[in-house]
Amino acid sequence: MKLVKAIIKPFKLEEVKEALSEIGVEGMTVSEVKGFGRQKGHTEIYRGSEYTVDFLPKVKVEIIVNDDLVSKTVEVVSGAAKTGKIGDGKVFVLPVEEAVRIRTGESGPEAL
Amino acid sequence: MKFTLLKLLLALACGMFTLTPAVTAQDESAPPATAEEAPEDPIADYNALLKDQGEYAGAYDFFTISMLWTCIAAAMVFIMHLGFATLESGLCQKKNVINVLFKNVFIISIGIVSYAFIGFTTHYPGDLNVDPDAWNGWLKFGGMIGDLNADGGNNWGYGGLALCMTGFGDFIFQAMFAATGATIVSGAVAERVKLSSFMIFATLFVAIAYPIAGSWHWGTGVLNQMEVPFKDFAGSTVVHAFGGFGALACVMVLGPRKGKYGKDGSIKPIPAHNFPLAAIGVFLLMFGWYGFNGGSVLSAEPGALGLVFTTTTLAACTGALGAIAAAWLWLKKPDLSMALNGILAGLVGITANADVVSVADALIIGLVSGVIVVFSIVALDRAKIDDPVGAISVHGICGIWGTIAVAIFGEGDFSMASQIKGVLLVGGFAFVFSYIVFSALKATLGVRASEEEESRGLDITEHGQEAYYGE
Repeated sequence: MKLVKAIIKPFKLEEVKEALSEIGVEGMTVSEVKGFGRQKGHTEIYRGSEYTVDFLPKVKVEIIVNDDLVSKTVEVVSGAAKTGKIGDGKVFVLPVEEAVRIRTGESGPEAL
Repeated sequence: MKFTLLKLLLALACGMFTLTPAVTAQDESAPPATAEEAPEDPIADYNALLKDQGEYAGAYDFFTISMLWTCIAAAMVFIMHLGFATLESGLCQKKNVINVLFKNVFIISIGIVSYAFIGFTTHYPGDLNVDPDAWNGWLKFGGMIGDLNADGGNNWGYGGLALCMTGFGDFIFQAMFAATGATIVSGAVAERVKLSSFMIFATLFVAIAYPIAGSWHWGTGVLNQMEVPFKDFAGSTVVHAFGGFGALACVMVLGPRKGKYGKDGSIKPIPAHNFPLAAIGVFLLMFGWYGFNGGSVLSAEPGALGLVFTTTTLAACTGALGAIAAAWLWLKKPDLSMALNGILAGLVGITANADVVSVADALIIGLVSGVIVVFSIVALDRAKIDDPVGAISVHGICGIWGTIAVAIFGEGDFSMASQIKGVLLVGGFAFVFSYIVFSALKATLGVRASEEEESRGLDITEHGQEAYYGE
């Protein structure tokens, strides 16, 4: 099992969710985060004084998938989240030791 | 089926209720059988009321309408507190919202109560136009109000056409004004003032300073006794500049929010956390202003009322347009907070002169006010006067403009010298009073929340509460 963690542009969330659904991935956890990579922030102005906002709003999508689905998941997420412009985000893959379904107590890949 | 029956029974019952009273009323007003009894008066109770008015019975209709308008206007001025509360909380940071709201709740409460205890009678110690020896025109402390309906306080005789309301109507309308003066300060000192010290200051400011300053003009004091009397229709000076310069003094003593001004002269903006709240606040303030200016006609005289409603509205609108234009051209972007302050600037600007200016005058007064406020806000920021809501600029600076606009545009006998004297006296008094009191508080109790309190937010540290619990 692997954790696929993707940081994407917020308005791309719906597209990513639908794309994942098409390959059979139904569960995910989504959080609102802030961050930056090589994309610079932008300048805002308030009552005559300018300031830069470095931390940009992003969305983090976390999906746990079986090993055999990982590369497809990464491909699909990247494809759906891409705009071609700077700030599109990144996808990370991390190993997962254990997964448990709370309701039934199932563990391992059956719990996904 | 069951429900149709129920509906039928209900309809029948309603029918009975509407029919029955008609039958009874007819019985009551039926003429008596004997010829010796005088015909009963169907409006006997009303005629008794009229008889109570004595020699003023002929003006009863206009009197009641005027009193009604006064009461409505008082309630509308009250709504300005809702406007202040929402505007200030919108413009501050999320972590200080409870503190801002708390200050607003306190100010209206202590404002009204102190006005009943000492404010009203000190504000109006006696009419020098009627009795030149009533008081000295500078200061006469009064006591708690009693039954203001008594001794002719509930009829036309109380104030005639010039003050067409009962004593209680006069009290409640003016009481609402008193609290608005103090609340101007709360916005300027927001996010770093120590709550208890502020509460002490606000109490003294509204209970003592406000009535004294007001007595010099509305109370027929020194500013009215000049050769050409000072004119301030609804309070550009005695309410707004009073509050604005009080705020300036407090901010100078208090200091800016931590991190606002860099040593290199840079200004770090601390943006509003909720613009919808701020916008709602400004629109509520504008709505309340119809009571503020409209009620200051002090009767329901249609000519004056229509004029004041019109000039007030026009100035608010050009105030917004002026601020939008000034901000967009000078600061490169259409800033919403400036546009909102522009509406208020226009309203403050027209407040002194709404009843004596023309349509064209009102448009200009508002426009100039809106432009001035933008420059003032930025200038004060650059001078390291930290005012989170722009209160000093909106009320202090534009209050001055509105007051001198009386002499520039006003139709009537006005003098620039008198207007300036009034502004200097009232504004100066508010500044000096606030500077002294706030400095005394600074030296004793302290006026500033600690650095940690300011960083964590006053809500958690001073109140132990979160405005948006769980978020």
